Amino acid sequence: MNFDLTEDQQLLVKTVQKFCKTESPVERVRKMRDVERGWTPETWAKIGELGWLMVAFPEDAGGLGGSMVDAGLILEQLGKSLVPEPYIASVALGGMAIAKAGSPEQIEQFLAPMLAGETSLALAYSESGARFNPHCIATKAEKTADGYSITGDKTFVLNGHAADRLVVAARTSGEVGDEKGIGLFIVDPAASGVTVQRVTCMDSQNVANIRFEGAKVSGGQVLGEPDGAGPLLDYLVDCGAAATCAEGAGAMQAALAMTREYLVEREQFGTKIGTFQALQHRCVDMFVETELAKGTALMAMIKLDDPDPNERRRAVSAAKWQLAKGGGYVGRQATQLHGGIGVTDEHDIGLYFKRLHILGTLFGDEEYHVRRYMNLPGFVSNVA
Amino acid sequence: MDMSFTPEQIAFRQEVREWIQSAMPKDLRAKADVDGNFDNAEVMQWHKVLAKKGWVAPHWPEQFGGPGWDATKRFIFSEEIELSGAPALSPFGLAMVGPLIMQFGSDWQKERFLPKILAGEEVWCQGYSEPNAGSDLASLATSATQDGDHYILNGQKTWTTYAQYADWIFVLARTNPDVKKQAGISFFLVDMKSDGVTAKPFLTTGNTPAFCETWFENVRVPAKQLVGEPNMGWTYAKALLGHERTLVAAVGISTRAILRIKRIAAETSEAGRSLLDHPGFRAKIARLEMKLESLRMANYRALASAQLGHAPGPEASILKLRGTEIQQECFDLMMEVMGENSLAWFNEPGVIPPRQQWVASTFNYVRAASIYAGSNEIQKNIIAKLILGLPTK
Ligand SMILES: Cc1cc2nc3c(=O)[nH]c(=O)nc-3n(C[C@H](O)[C@H](O)[C@H](O)COP(=O)(O)OP(=O)(O)OC[C@H]3O[C@@H](n4cnc5c(N)ncnc54)[C@H](O)[C@@H]3O)c2cc1C
Repeated sequence: MNFDLTEDQQLLVKTVQKFCKTESPVERVRKMRDVERGWTPETWAKIGELGWLMVAFPEDAGGLGGSMVDAGLILEQLGKSLVPEPYIASVALGGMAIAKAGSPEQIEQFLAPMLAGETSLALAYSESGARFNPHCIATKAEKTADGYSITGDKTFVLNGHAADRLVVAARTSGEVGDEKGIGLFIVDPAASGVTVQRVTCMDSQNVANIRFEGAKVSGGQVLGEPDGAGPLLDYLVDCGAAATCAEGAGAMQAALAMTREYLVEREQFGTKIGTFQALQHRCVDMFVETELAKGTALMAMIKLDDPDPNERRRAVSAAKWQLAKGGGYVGRQATQLHGGIGVTDEHDIGLYFKRLHILGTLFGDEEYHVRRYMNLPGFVSNVA
Repeated sequence: MDMSFTPEQIAFRQEVREWIQSAMPKDLRAKADVDGNFDNAEVMQWHKVLAKKGWVAPHWPEQFGGPGWDATKRFIFSEEIELSGAPALSPFGLAMVGPLIMQFGSDWQKERFLPKILAGEEVWCQGYSEPNAGSDLASLATSATQDGDHYILNGQKTWTTYAQYADWIFVLARTNPDVKKQAGISFFLVDMKSDGVTAKPFLTTGNTPAFCETWFENVRVPAKQLVGEPNMGWTYAKALLGHERTLVAAVGISTRAILRIKRIAAETSEAGRSLLDHPGFRAKIARLEMKLESLRMANYRALASAQLGHAPGPEASILKLRGTEIQQECFDLMMEVMGENSLAWFNEPGVIPPRQQWVASTFNYVRAASIYAGSNEIQKNIIAKLILGLPTK
């Protein structure tokens, strides 16, 4: 085993750090909260120019031939200063869907402009009542003469309010909950029959509720097999979950660093509050959670492309659990140790508290991943 | 031993419950029914309804306009109020400066201030904390120097809750810098309209304008607005901390919050089944409710002791500690039950159900419960020192 970064990876991390410092320090989040989009096409274009949107994709899809591990390294750094650009939605979800299942024409038309930072993408899969289960899809795709007609409601679509193209999961056959009978379709959100309602979220990274009322898609907009995308969708949501783990590990590191700094600076009772052992131990616990989350985020990324999907699920669920639990702990304690200033909107620590809740919830909260984990084959098979 | 309420107490509870139902104005009722947040105007509206009934200050002696209830009746009353989802009244006049004036104030102060607090005609705020004096309140730097029959106040207070709506502020300020920190502090009543007072509101993480930075720049305060003796402010402020110790546990608020969790669970479904019927979620709610039952019992023990007239002990720290933890866990679980809805933040009505509208905001803000009124770390220090008698450096 070797978890050392290659020279290229080290350089990548350094460049992202530098970029975050100059282009998107945490203060920027405050401005972005007041912008409807929540991010700017200019910054997105710069990220594209730097090639960071390509790292996770194979060369034949226009990528740099790296993997999600490299994307994770980028996300971890972006997470430290809460960069709001839609990396997860465009790369780990929408982009990955097209890269995995798209035809050369689809890749050329829909993925290439995203890789260049000219467009952004979203994956519209979640529905009310699905409770994170990617196969709980009631939205229907009905066959028409030259394609499909989509009807149904999607909720909390990450970057759904801003994406140039949506990858929509809809059912061509079977029942809600079935893995079979799900198709993925590339849809223009401006097309007729599509209504996008922006939903503001606790951080600036907004989402959308999207209604499809007989929205027409042509045969050229079908991604892969129209009834066989269930396993891919499951994979994509795991990609999203692993991505939140990487970004979350970055956010945890930043929240920890800020808290440590505060304990070193703040004085009460004639001494630095960092001299109080009760607070030292709390800070140490935050550190332990953060280090564990860094490791499990890496594990999730490495196992994403394991040939055994259950190996992938095991790793992603364990990592997501660590993020939800550990990230929640770090967010709460960071606030507590800042005292009153920690619950003011002015102070940055609250932004981390909010983002950590969101990252902990997206693509399955703690409860969901515990249940998925305990029901994986292998969990009890070695008991007898 | 006896754990029951008397028939009279039970009847009293019923009377209070029915009265709240009939007396709460319709628009407030509608908000309370979906656990909405109340703004300052609504809080004062409810204050006046209670004042008219004579129930606004349950813990005030009858001579000052209180209803003359004993500790148990006061407890029942506050529990019913909290359970109803009614607006929480501002504590600064009713629970803090009012009782302090009764105990230590002059006749002039009693006549001038108490009736207006009761009637809700004057709103108060608390000027204790400063940027560099939080947990270590005694090192406050705001100064008051005597100038004839006035004091001149200079300094900055912070976290002053609702100072932007307040008519008056009670202030701890240093009148003698040459003695032990605690011994040189006096207690002042200051008109917010005085020249030189500015309050600048800022937002909490819950996106509510709940507190202010408050500045005093050569503010002239008549000497008759100093409470009690000069340099005794610390002693007075500490005496206040023992008041109404059975209320800090906020058992009623948490009982209401658990009901709210159940209601949200009932309106949230997973694969067609309500979360309330889901064994996993039910168990989580049950755990929290059992935790609250332990606290309720601890609260009853403190209550019974208060009813028998025993002096307040450090057990109030247990109530504060566990009470705020439970309040926070209620909102953690509420957010969890809401699932993806918990990501939404101040959207127009209809995006998420009305009962869920304010949860995320409070989830953020309720972190403050373990910070204000003596942080939970400070409470633990008190227990370690005063109850367990552990050695200090
Ligand atoms: C929502 C809200 C409303 C408020 N309203 C008012 C108001 O109306 N009027 C008013 O005067 N004040 C108000 N306060 C201020 C409140 O009383 C202070 O925030 C509190 O005393 C803590 O002080 P601090 O914020 O300066 O934190 P600090 O004292 O700096 O504490 C920072 C951290 O260090 C810990 N710590 C400090 N000392 C020790 C120790 N000895 N051992 C271990 N840990 C320690 C604390 O627990 C905390 O975790 C309010 C605060 C909040 C959050």
